[in-house]
Amino acid sequence: MTAEQIIFFLTAALILISALMVVTTRNLVHAALWLIAVLFGAAVLFATLDASFLAVVQIVVYIGAIAILFIFAVMLTRRNLLDKVSQTNAGWPWAAGISVAAFAGLVFLVGQMHNAGAQKGEVSGDPLMALSTALVSPDAYVLAFEVASIMLLAALVGAVYIANRK
Amino acid sequence: MVPLSWYIFLSAALFSIGLYGVLARKNVIAILLGVELMLNAANINLVAFWRYGNTALMGGQVFSIIVFAVAAAEVAVGLALVIAIYRTRKTVIADELDLMKW
Repeated sequence: MTAEQIIFFLTAALILISALMVVTTRNLVHAALWLIAVLFGAAVLFATLDASFLAVVQIVVYIGAIAILFIFAVMLTRRNLLDKVSQTNAGWPWAAGISVAAFAGLVFLVGQMHNAGAQKGEVSGDPLMALSTALVSPDAYVLAFEVASIMLLAALVGAVYIANRK
Repeated sequence: MVPLSWYIFLSAALFSIGLYGVLARKNVIAILLGVELMLNAANINLVAFWRYGNTALMGGQVFSIIVFAVAAAEVAVGLALVIAIYRTRKTVIADELDLMKW
């Protein structure tokens, strides 16, 4: 095995184990902390995929903002549904079945892909420079970028309004 | 070397775990945590396809940034709704929020 494969397997194990803990653990603060582990693993994957900007944004935005927001929300609502009550609803075997079926379907579709075994090519140029150019270039994605920023602003104003105590 | 399919299998597994979390959990905040897992699975896929495709085209990374923004907006509005509901109904259990169920 090459070093790249070892890093991938370690990261994948971290992500999957932490994700299982997120959906199964009883204590929601712990679930939020396991989510941070998942997000960190995803940041490692972005780094191995030469997406350095996304790796940094993943740490700053996801872990620094979104995960902390989750922890605040857990602490502002009632702690847990009392420890004795089940954390899953009555239909959880159905949920598990649907999830396994979805996973099997996705694996089947990947098996149909003709380029599933593709290897990485050389990175052309500086991806960071290309990304920043693409985000503000009228020929590329400036409209999507502006729409995303307006949407974020509207969502945050809406969130402040909804959560505001009258 | 790591082929493209490994990343896709990983994100498929992560997506399925998130789907289970969304469908099975009672607590509204736990459901939102499941949604976050699914969005991250999509992000891993987008970046992997960008890297294994033509890296001169930045569509994959740009789409991934849009997903970041959507996730942040979704969490902000979702948690604000949870807190507003908790203030009036004193519950965060999805089954008990049946005011609009006929």
